[in-house]
Amino acid sequence: MNSNIGQKEKQKEYQKYVQQKMPKSHIVTNCAKAFVGGGLICMLGQAISDFATNYYQLAKPDAASFTAIVLVFLGATLTGLGVYDDLGKFFGAGTIVPITGFANSIVSPAMEFKREGYVLGIGAKLFIIAGPVLVYGISSSILVGLISYMFVR
Amino acid sequence: MNYFNVFLIGGAICVVGQILIDKTTLTSARILVIFVTAGVILSALGLYKPLVDFAGAGATVPLTGFGHSLAQGAIEAAKSSGVLGAFTGGTKAAAGGIAAAIFFGYLNAVLFNPKTKK
Repeated sequence: MNSNIGQKEKQKEYQKYVQQKMPKSHIVTNCAKAFVGGGLICMLGQAISDFATNYYQLAKPDAASFTAIVLVFLGATLTGLGVYDDLGKFFGAGTIVPITGFANSIVSPAMEFKREGYVLGIGAKLFIIAGPVLVYGISSSILVGLISYMFVR
Repeated sequence: MNYFNVFLIGGAICVVGQILIDKTTLTSARILVIFVTAGVILSALGLYKPLVDFAGAGATVPLTGFGHSLAQGAIEAAKSSGVLGAFTGGTKAAAGGIAAAIFFGYLNAVLFNPKTKK
């Protein structure tokens, strides 16, 4: 029993020590970087969307699909080329939260696990992060659709 | 669309993600799941549409916007074709992004190899 209490105290001391040694994350700078990075990607998205509506005369839903497809293409290709991860190191969440980050989360693990084969390597690992996103996104949208059908008519 | 608004809202939504990264131990996978689900819920409550009207791509490009298009698709299709629509509407509305992500994701993973650490 005694040694148990001693251990707990040691653990507490160790945690204090770790907290002192941990590099203080510069949350303000990080947030500023995320703000700029995310803002720029969204502006790029708006430019693509404006191009789709003005040049190709696409209706709103089609313009949205067009924008998503182009951004996903850019995010996936830049990840393949190794550029997106460098951007990510600087802009943090600014590159994770936009849909380009979703594309990044698909390509990165798939590339990493290529040696495990084309089916269980690339084919499966594409969805390591995208899978949960689609599971929760689509499932909750179905719930919302059902609820709206039952109560709002 | 006013590009200043796009920048402002798009940036602000990413700051929320950055705060979650810095202040919690959530992995980026969990953060993306939280953002999509939050988008679906906010959209269902009618709170996300005003943001889209105000900031366009600033609200639709972040993953919350992905949730918004899933929810709006499901709600609209449920109105026109009932239970069937509730199932098909969301995925239909987001099909472009999902299909592109799978297709370009696969192509890039096949074509490229991860950068070796310098």
